[in-house]
Amino acid sequence: MGKIWSFIHKLGSPKWFYAISARLMPWFWVAAAALILVGSVWGLAFAPADYQQGNSFRIIYVHVPAAFLAQSIFVSMAVAGLVFMVWKIKVADMAAAVMAPLGAVMTFISLFSGAVWGVPTWGTWWMWDARLTSMLILLFLYLGVIALRGAFSSRDSGSRAASVLAMVGVINIPIIKYSVDWWYTLHQPATFSVTSRPAMPLEMWAPLLIMVLGFYCFFIAATLMRTRSEILRREANKRWVRELAGGPS
Amino acid sequence: MAFDSFQDFLAMGGHAPYVWASWGVTGALLAGIVLHARAERRQLLRRLQRRERRQATTDRTSHQTGGQRHEA
Repeated sequence: MGKIWSFIHKLGSPKWFYAISARLMPWFWVAAAALILVGSVWGLAFAPADYQQGNSFRIIYVHVPAAFLAQSIFVSMAVAGLVFMVWKIKVADMAAAVMAPLGAVMTFISLFSGAVWGVPTWGTWWMWDARLTSMLILLFLYLGVIALRGAFSSRDSGSRAASVLAMVGVINIPIIKYSVDWWYTLHQPATFSVTSRPAMPLEMWAPLLIMVLGFYCFFIAATLMRTRSEILRREANKRWVRELAGGPS
Repeated sequence: MAFDSFQDFLAMGGHAPYVWASWGVTGALLAGIVLHARAERRQLLRRLQRRERRQATTDRTSHQTGGQRHEA
């Protein structure tokens, strides 16, 4: 237990985080590239066409992973915000800062691919269905967090405001999750569930699972990379960063 | 393989615009994230290195001119 705590404590030090992330990041990039490549080829060319939707169902392989990530990133951002508020760990705030645009992009992908998919499947690209609306609200929450962070002249005020909005906004996540059960109007219920077997044959859901994992690895790798840049930016005057840039040691 | 030919694959059984629009936008945005993160890091490192070089030069010149700097 003591070991875990000292690990977490060290992780809070920007210098140490910068060093450990350099070793972890390549593995996540490689895993992301491999998983997304395999999942794409499998999903686009080898998975059987849906008996009702034909080949338009192949949109699922980008739509569902992006929607998963859109929600997971928001929760991660809220947790990072909480860690920053409670323990004043700066790295947590830097991670939260780079997660927001990533999450916004994922939310946009899920909304866009969903709208495009809706045209041949539902005959409409948009409806004020509960799932669609709550995902649109998620996009606005992301944009709000990004705007709020930049709206203060002091960085610390911006960080705290963004953290609070992320923590409050996380209430939207269970609403998104249960929207398809509470108000079942247009969007179909969950594709994946932990408790039951998928309603699709293996050749259809295996590539989906691979894509979801690939997107998660992509998110981790991108977050690590951009957090590292954020560390350099904010710690630019620290001795170790100056040494790294060729300054006097 | 779910398709008989490459043409078949591109046509997506008549759903080509929907499938390729979704996949295209997703691919472009993911690639954009990677390129942006890389450009950001390179720019940042270049800026920090430039600053250190500039700092080193001013340190040297101020050392050479010694205490006369305030007269300039």
